[in-house]
Amino acid sequence: MRVAIAEDSVLLREGLTRLLAEAGHEVVATEGDAEGFLRAVAASKPDACVVDVRMPPTFTDEGLRAALVVRERWPDIGVLVLSQWVEERYATELIADRPHGVGYLLKDRVADVTEFLDALRRVAEGGSALDPEVVAQLLARSRHPLGDLTPREREVLTLMAEGRSNSAIAESLVVGSGAVEKHINNIFTKLGLAPGERDHRRVLAVLRYLGTG
Amino acid sequence: MFLIRDLVAPRTWLAFTHHLAGWVVSLVFFLIVGCGIAVGLTSLPLALAGLPVLGLTLRCADWLAAEERARFALLLGVRIPAWPADPRRGYRWLLVPRRATLTGRQTWGTVGYGLLEVVVTTVSVVLCLAVWAIGLVMVTLPLYSGLLPGGSATIGGTALRGPLWLAASVAGGVLLLLAAPQLTRGLAVADAAFARRLLAPPSDLAARVTELELSRERVVDAAEAERRRIERDLHDGAQQRLVALAMELGRAKTKFADDVDAARDLVDQAHAEAKAALTELRNLVRGVHPPVLTDRGLDAALSGLAALSPVPVDVQVDVPVRPKAAVEAVAYFVVAEALTNVAKHSRAHHATVVVEGHGYPGTLNVVITDDGIGGADAGGAGLAGLADRVSGVDGTLSVESPSGGPTVISAVLPCG
Repeated sequence: MRVAIAEDSVLLREGLTRLLAEAGHEVVATEGDAEGFLRAVAASKPDACVVDVRMPPTFTDEGLRAALVVRERWPDIGVLVLSQWVEERYATELIADRPHGVGYLLKDRVADVTEFLDALRRVAEGGSALDPEVVAQLLARSRHPLGDLTPREREVLTLMAEGRSNSAIAESLVVGSGAVEKHINNIFTKLGLAPGERDHRRVLAVLRYLGTG
Repeated sequence: MFLIRDLVAPRTWLAFTHHLAGWVVSLVFFLIVGCGIAVGLTSLPLALAGLPVLGLTLRCADWLAAEERARFALLLGVRIPAWPADPRRGYRWLLVPRRATLTGRQTWGTVGYGLLEVVVTTVSVVLCLAVWAIGLVMVTLPLYSGLLPGGSATIGGTALRGPLWLAASVAGGVLLLLAAPQLTRGLAVADAAFARRLLAPPSDLAARVTELELSRERVVDAAEAERRRIERDLHDGAQQRLVALAMELGRAKTKFADDVDAARDLVDQAHAEAKAALTELRNLVRGVHPPVLTDRGLDAALSGLAALSPVPVDVQVDVPVRPKAAVEAVAYFVVAEALTNVAKHSRAHHATVVVEGHGYPGTLNVVITDDGIGGADAGGAGLAGLADRVSGVDGTLSVESPSGGPTVISAVLPCG
């Protein structure tokens, strides 16, 4: 996989580069600011990019805006936004109504290398990766009551909203994939959503339901 | 005509009573303050034995000043504004005056008043009594002049005999009596002006300056407390975790040579420790100043805050124009602190946050309501600190929390 990195902290930039290289990915560009990053993406057309929200010159949301530009101009490039903190509002802006090839994770998640690489792969392949904290915020702010769901169904809903596949959900909850499918069907019935067979559409339905998009 | 009416007007006689009462009070005031200050100052060199004496004197003076304000209000209808409450002023161990008490203008104004008012009242009382008495004596002279020894009144060597003299005496008496009410009232006005000069804070502007000084002090204190909290949180939390992390990594390093499995466990622990440190730092940053507040404003920041609250929270934000950063930050912290209290103490099932902006310049109103058990203590450390922060932007905080609930905390923050 070819990856571009936009991160102003040299330490983290080098760390990410090494981490991705060790996992067998090719880092095609590393940039410390949004403008340079956009130029690099235009030149190298990577499969995915990893973008820090806070970058010079104002250290507010340059990275997020750059990510939105990439998503608009090159819809095929997966964008994984990393941040020191996560906010439901940024997630909403980032996803808009297209939860494809997009991810939004806490920087801390890089520490779990396998999970991080898995999220990046999902994003590059057009899937999504939402941080559990964002999902928790979305669930808490949900405009609809979720009281009808059993605790297990809530767990499945959370993992779905994070962008996990059925098999990943099954693995994470240590159940069979048949059981996961049953839970998902129950959730969709209880929430009155049309059952979606594809992962991406499913995420969209869930996020819509929770109030984004 | 009004000259005659004034003779019997209540105002005149209230002023007269004011002078008489003032004379008694100011005499007492003078004796207490004069003796107290003299004894206190002279015994100061004796191992500061004079300090409690001074303290007692100043307390009496404060009390008498309050009584004087009441006298002026009751008898003359003159309001002498009191000094704003100043927490720097006061007494240690009930009697030993604090430094601000000894150096403050309020104290020495009161003492000066105590020493000088007796002069003013004495002059007033003497003049008033003299004018009224002489007037009455002169007006009524024809009634009793025949009964006087020698058959007439005598001033110096001149005997006031005959109808011309008597008529002149009556005329003079009438003039004096007509002037007496004006004099009585005029002296009262002068007395009030004198009292205002010494007892009242210099002016509203000065009062405002004092108030600002105080609120600035509170804000500085609040900021200092906040810094200490951050320092403590960093020290107890992230720093300890990083120490533990470094230690585990160090142990892992030495283990790798002989026991790889143990080393792997240690690295696992270190990994977990590092992630915990990150979480702690993140929460700390959110508590100090959430970045989303700067980037996206109150609505986004409060919805993130509400999402983290264990008690379900409804947030309604209607702020058409973003207020300045300081006001936004205070509003955020009011909500954050209130929601923390809701989660910790209220046993509420539900809370509501309403934030309304009324234009610019105008006010930002923040109201947090919960359906819990009430009984929040507005004087407690958390809420008092919040009130200080609110007063730092010239706002007001009110806490209504009857036992049994509901609790309503509202802040009005000016945005002008």
